[in-house]
Amino acid sequence: MESNSKPGEPLTRRGFFRSGARVAAMTGIGGLVGALSNATAKTWVWQIDPSKCLRCGNCATHCVLEQSAVKCVHAYAICGYCNLCTGFFQPDPNALSTGAENQLCPTDAIRRTFVEDPYYEYVIDEKLCIGCAKCVQGCNQFGNGSLFLQIRHDRCVNCNECAISRECPGDAFQRVPVEQPYLLKTTRR
Amino acid sequence: MTSTPGVEHGLAWNYIDSGVLLAALGVALYLIYRRRSRRGVFWLSLFSLGYFGFFRRGCICPIGAPQDIVYALFHSDYAAPVTVLIFALAPLVTALFGGRAYCAGVCPHGAIQDFFLIKPVRVPRWLEDGLSIVPFLFLGAGLIYAATGTGFIICRYDPFVPLFRRSGSLAMLMTGGAFLLVAMFVGRPYCRFLCPYGAALRLASQASKWRVRVTPDVCTQCRLCEQSCPYGAMRPPSTATEDAQRVAVERRRLGWLLVLLPLLVVGCGAAGIRLGPAAARLNPRVQQAELYTRQQLHAVHYAAMTPEALSLQRSAVESKELLADAEVLRKRFDRAGMWFGAWFGLVVGAKLIGMATRQKRSDYEPDRGACLACARCFMTCPNERARVGA
Repeated sequence: MESNSKPGEPLTRRGFFRSGARVAAMTGIGGLVGALSNATAKTWVWQIDPSKCLRCGNCATHCVLEQSAVKCVHAYAICGYCNLCTGFFQPDPNALSTGAENQLCPTDAIRRTFVEDPYYEYVIDEKLCIGCAKCVQGCNQFGNGSLFLQIRHDRCVNCNECAISRECPGDAFQRVPVEQPYLLKTTRR
Repeated sequence: MTSTPGVEHGLAWNYIDSGVLLAALGVALYLIYRRRSRRGVFWLSLFSLGYFGFFRRGCICPIGAPQDIVYALFHSDYAAPVTVLIFALAPLVTALFGGRAYCAGVCPHGAIQDFFLIKPVRVPRWLEDGLSIVPFLFLGAGLIYAATGTGFIICRYDPFVPLFRRSGSLAMLMTGGAFLLVAMFVGRPYCRFLCPYGAALRLASQASKWRVRVTPDVCTQCRLCEQSCPYGAMRPPSTATEDAQRVAVERRRLGWLLVLLPLLVVGCGAAGIRLGPAAARLNPRVQQAELYTRQQLHAVHYAAMTPEALSLQRSAVESKELLADAEVLRKRFDRAGMWFGAWFGLVVGAKLIGMATRQKRSDYEPDRGACLACARCFMTCPNERARVGA
């Protein structure tokens, strides 16, 4: 551990300038911290605006995490609970059953349960959902639009620049305050 | 409605990471300057590789954090979180006192390269001097892109974080692999020739209070320390005799370089404006506007449209707003290009001046900016080992 001057030697010109530069740098850093502490903007997180989402499928592939932090969520108040759910079934399915060839979802993440005639309930299993938006596309194109994509904040690591947001063709990603981290659909489209 | 899990879980980890960072920096300073222990620094760097690298996936990291700070300075609606401030500034403050202790003991990027180092090969001095400019240019470009709100290119083009995450684009994974292959023979190539934060640390280390000295005792000039440094940071002592003619030549050269410096800054700044349009194309809003203009000029049948063009049409974007935004951004990028050009001139000029000045050294000692404070040189010096009693 040596200081700018060797012990026993007087301070050299270089050593003096070094000390001066260090003090100036510390002052600068202090000023920077002060300038940034005045910011009244809130802490933010990323979220998808469902009205801008184009269901392109990039959410499933561009998240930095191996399993995307984007999942499909369901606004039950908007759902029609239809027997022929266009978000669940492929166009012109073989049968209205849970067979894999009939489903839009590639990972069988939507659970279809009978409620009472003619209503069925559709619940998303988040562990299986990959955020590919196939069900969202079907639901929004022919149905009520109750299925939509949202970033799940128990998974999202909150990158300074969301990797999906760079590739979103609808420019649907925005920063929202951490107190209100979701942009949920509450009325019909 | 499906559940809405909150964000507290993620935020708590940010504070834990800040605490671990500060503790690790303190331990690094202690190990380098008080204990002078290479073994200690080695184990600390392995811990950092495990914690900051593979466990926390290399994010948040000090290398990218300065971009957030610059972004916050230029965008009043964005607040840089406290964690980001700590990560960006704590290693810098440490460097102002103890040199690049962060690099040696705490940075996972450096640790993984060290892990792969088998047989260090000496990089020729001219190549080292030339490539050492690149981190400064990367830093300038990264901060300018952050300031204009275009993106965070330092994070996007980080070669090691995809390896820590075990997922990422193929291009970046291969770049990371290539860096590790090179790192087997060239000590820490990313740190020395690309890391933008390393450029800032290099500057801060020039003003550091303490510096790595190989031995407090007499140097016998055996050059074992010079051999042991994998990063080529060791500098020989200056020769005793000074040829008067050589001194005159060197002084004249230094004088010309000092005159050249402001000319370089202004000249490259003016040339940098030409970079504006090309640089602007990295901005997504500008890209959208150009795509829109192209679509208007050359209408293509929808079946032949690219996915981006089709999405743009479907999204019903406001055209007047889009084109106005793009114009504002283009002007901003012209100015940004000028600043980058000026920065380029400053870096090149300062490097030339640095190469033209001489420092009087009586012993072999590491260059302040290039030394990564890894403590290898202590352990190879025979006088130091005798002093320690090994």
